[in-house]
Amino acid sequence: MSKRKAVIVGVADAPLKDGMIPGGASPLAVQARCAKDALAEAGLTLKDVDGLLVAGMWGNPGPGMLPTVTLSEYLGIRPRFSDGTNIGGSAFELHVGHAALAIEQGLCDVALITYGSTQKSEKSRNLAGRPAVLTMQYETPWGMPTPVGGYALAARRHMHEYGTTPEQLASVAVATRKWAQLNPAATMRAPLTVEDVLKSTAIADPLHLLDCCLVTDGGGAIVMTNEERARDLKAKPVHILGFGEGQTHWTIAAMPDLARLTAAEEAGKRAFAMAGVKHKDIDVAEFYDSFTITALLTLEALGFCERGEGGAFFASGRTAPGGDFPLNTNGGGLSCLHPGMYGIFLLIEAVRQLRGECGDRQVKDAKIALCHGTGGTLSSGATCILAKD
Amino acid sequence: MYEKPLPIIDPDSAPYWSATQQHKLVIPRCLDCGKHHFYPRALCPHCHSDKLEWTEISGRGTVYSYIVANRPAGPAFKADIPYVVAVIDLAEGPRMMSNIVIDDPSKVKIGDAVQVCFEDVTPEITLPKFKLV
Ligand SMILES: [Zn+2]
Repeated sequence: MSKRKAVIVGVADAPLKDGMIPGGASPLAVQARCAKDALAEAGLTLKDVDGLLVAGMWGNPGPGMLPTVTLSEYLGIRPRFSDGTNIGGSAFELHVGHAALAIEQGLCDVALITYGSTQKSEKSRNLAGRPAVLTMQYETPWGMPTPVGGYALAARRHMHEYGTTPEQLASVAVATRKWAQLNPAATMRAPLTVEDVLKSTAIADPLHLLDCCLVTDGGGAIVMTNEERARDLKAKPVHILGFGEGQTHWTIAAMPDLARLTAAEEAGKRAFAMAGVKHKDIDVAEFYDSFTITALLTLEALGFCERGEGGAFFASGRTAPGGDFPLNTNGGGLSCLHPGMYGIFLLIEAVRQLRGECGDRQVKDAKIALCHGTGGTLSSGATCILAKD
Repeated sequence: MYEKPLPIIDPDSAPYWSATQQHKLVIPRCLDCGKHHFYPRALCPHCHSDKLEWTEISGRGTVYSYIVANRPAGPAFKADIPYVVAVIDLAEGPRMMSNIVIDDPSKVKIGDAVQVCFEDVTPEITLPKFKLV
């Protein structure tokens, strides 16, 4: 069997103004435009696409229940490989892994991964909890604010076990804002201090409003093909060294350990083993930061520091611009954008860093990047380790 | 009228909710590995046996973690803020999400001992909640 290595040859994201798609658009239109842009970057068109991977929250109940089928129809394509796996915001790191497998096996030659959301424009974000059916009948009746409540439970437990402080958690948001200030496309760019975070409402104590990600629209697309085909394309390929996925629970009471992100531990180990690289080889990291605690738990779970040391790591400023561990260089979900499922933007930023396109926020000599997505309520994780050509 | 979301009872959960109506906490225990589990499932999540029996448990536990909601989970909870949502380590092993019924949420700590209490919210539904002991 011929082993053809998969590479990323195009990325695109939807420009936002004040966190919204200017002029408005449906989530399908957002994805179509991003797909066209990402393909154009590679020197390809929709006619070349024979693999489609989609995850989103749009059109449910309705056409979003069969997202790859709906999007194929909308785009006028007939993929021979598709994957609509939804494990939450981490789905896109999983999609890169699954697309790589399909490309290596020759199940498709050009894979398109898309995401679109217009939640801010539609004002459709709702914290009223999930319908109390099946497993949710044991959660929703107690008024748990979702999704922040589950993350706040984890933050409280981490504070209890390791002495992590609200100030240390706030320092995650502060470091991330400093990156956003270097990114003209970021939604929130005003200066932010630890005091600002602690003064904001403790909406789900111990987490404050400014410990939470933004609520924005957003769209993105990623195009992958095999190395051989990439040679004839205009874009510089980004290589996929390794990937891994894991999942542990959906109801937060079933999380194996609230102070430990087991899904990330498992996904990360698998990705590092496949990539054959070490932690010190990672030049730039992009972690899902739905909340400050998410990034902290991910740092520990992936093994960049010991468990319990994440708070001090962030408070030292190592993740901020100029630090030795550049993290969330676009400004993250906390300050750049967060349309509900953020994982595709981790990959887009990593690819741009590896191609050296990031202007003021460019990490010097970035050769290897790690992206880790977290989905659900600390439920699932997927890791991709990428390398420049 | 009770306006908060109510559990949608299904065949798997009917025995559990019918027991809470009687102010009893009844959850499955596995006859093969001996462990309790919650929420109720068709197979034991520890050993995957289907030999399960409904067992009344003590209602005792400790606070594993908790939050104080200062922003409500929807308008129906607005009058309750600040309120405590907690994950309880039940004495028998499983974890359960619930509320801690308390006037001053700042009194709650991780590790506090708690005991179940029952709130009859509608004629059909009784919710188990917990109080510090
Ligand atoms: Zn068992």
